[in-house]
Amino acid sequence: MPALNSGDTAWVLASAALVMLMTPGLAFFYGGMVRSKSVLNMLMMNFICLGVVTVLWALYGFSLSFAPDTGSGLIGGLDYVGLKDTVAQLAGFAVAANPDAGVAEVPWPGPDALPILAFVMFQLMFAVITVALISGAIADRTRFWAWTAFTAVWVTVVYFPVAHWVFSFDGFIKSDSGGGWIANADQLGALDFAGGTAVHINAGAAALALCLILGRRKGWPKERMRPHNIPFVLLGASLLWFGWYGFNAGSALAASDLAAVAFTNTTVATATAIIGWLLVEQFRDGKPTTLGAASGAVAGLVAVTPAAGYVGPLGAMAIGLIAGVICSLAVALKFRFGFDDSLDVVAIHLIGGIVGTLLIGFFGTTSVNALSVDGVFYGGDFGQLGKQAIAAGSVMLYSFVLTLIIGLLIKYTIKFRVTEEAEVDSIDEALHAESGYDFSTLGGSGGGTGGSIGAPSTTKVPATAGKEG
Amino acid sequence: MRLVTAIIKPFALDEVKAALETMGQQGMTVSEVRGYGRQKGHTEVYRGADYVVDFVAKVKVEVAVDDLAVDKVVDAIVQAAGSGKIGDGKVWVTPVEAAVRVRTGERGSDAL
Repeated sequence: MPALNSGDTAWVLASAALVMLMTPGLAFFYGGMVRSKSVLNMLMMNFICLGVVTVLWALYGFSLSFAPDTGSGLIGGLDYVGLKDTVAQLAGFAVAANPDAGVAEVPWPGPDALPILAFVMFQLMFAVITVALISGAIADRTRFWAWTAFTAVWVTVVYFPVAHWVFSFDGFIKSDSGGGWIANADQLGALDFAGGTAVHINAGAAALALCLILGRRKGWPKERMRPHNIPFVLLGASLLWFGWYGFNAGSALAASDLAAVAFTNTTVATATAIIGWLLVEQFRDGKPTTLGAASGAVAGLVAVTPAAGYVGPLGAMAIGLIAGVICSLAVALKFRFGFDDSLDVVAIHLIGGIVGTLLIGFFGTTSVNALSVDGVFYGGDFGQLGKQAIAAGSVMLYSFVLTLIIGLLIKYTIKFRVTEEAEVDSIDEALHAESGYDFSTLGGSGGGTGGSIGAPSTTKVPATAGKEG
Repeated sequence: MRLVTAIIKPFALDEVKAALETMGQQGMTVSEVRGYGRQKGHTEVYRGADYVVDFVAKVKVEVAVDDLAVDKVVDAIVQAAGSGKIGDGKVWVTPVEAAVRVRTGERGSDAL
């Protein structure tokens, strides 16, 4: 049996750390978009996911997602509860003999064998950020502990099963283990390289359900909620982009040519998505905005996620451009239909995830990856597109319905929403007894006042000002 | 004694301060304020949604001056802060009944 591959192990561990950074990055991306009086609450809704999801993942989440299938490809077993039997254990793929290419058979776990725990940590970070993504839809109005309870229940009944469907491959965790129904060719066989369905469609559908259950922020849409710190938003988007290399290129699970392909696709798709989003703004609003550039980058990253290891660079550029344009236009949906998806999780993650997942059916090519499928533009038929649509639709429907049920349960038991008084005054003060900013020398609550007047505070009086002659 | 109050554009503050220092006027109090006059507000766009900012950031300068210096001080501020464009600001003068220097207890014009 081969020993672990140290190069691959190093890359997967480094990728896990990169993906970890995405959740704080997301916190700043979201935090900059809310009003100054609720910035801490927004950061906390994201950061708590690192706490709650990590504990559940170690206790039973990894097992439900990746232990050998218990039948039908719906959920994993309990073999790894409490991470038992994971130390000094390897995972990987056996390699079938291919005499034409001069490849000899390599027994399980194959040449890219990883310690199971490296894979446990890598996949943990996916679970953490998936839940965190949802929080943007219900910004400014959610009780902290109710949200925390939601994260625990949601990962358990929605994320862990869906991760099993999409990410658990036959024969990976053990030589004879079964995987999920979406991933494996003996069942559906849809392609999702790094989580367009399990992460983005999943979180986006949940976001839509939750913002319907919580209802609109007071005053929305008549009163527009102005983002309080656009530099935070761009900083957060940049951290997301950086971390996304772990997310996508790390999903090759090897320091390999495929990882480099995914890295390249991630980069070029993000580039075209920025341009696409800004062009829409230029034509529609007359000005390209910083928020638009940051949003376009994230939309591109989302859309290329499922496709990163299955398309070529030109295909990735097309996917990014299409996502940048469509996601930008999709922001209008919430005004059209009146749901207060506060930070556009639906427009960017649900729509972006669908765009990327479906476009594999057009741009997929076996020239970059033998496990890919030739899409419509590469001499293939519409068969794969159909599979992609089934995968996207199934995850969306499952997540939306289950999230509605969980959300209603929380709403009518422990209450989901803060009091109107807390929402109007400052959710940071009411829930966390803190304020994000204190620019006042009088020691008052700087958090509330900055946003309430609603004008820019870009002016800085020089340091000498105010000092008497 | 008079209190000269000027609402000016934030970036004009340094020039106003320099102008007053040049003419020997000692001391001023400034504060960051928001408001609108004929300039009105402006419109910002976030993900395609318009956001009207009604109150524009301005700096308020307050200078207590002797009666004789009022016109010179007002002229200096107007000249330093003026760009000829809408939104330059306003200056007004109000009477001051009494003034005390906290450190010494001096009163009236001596306290300025």
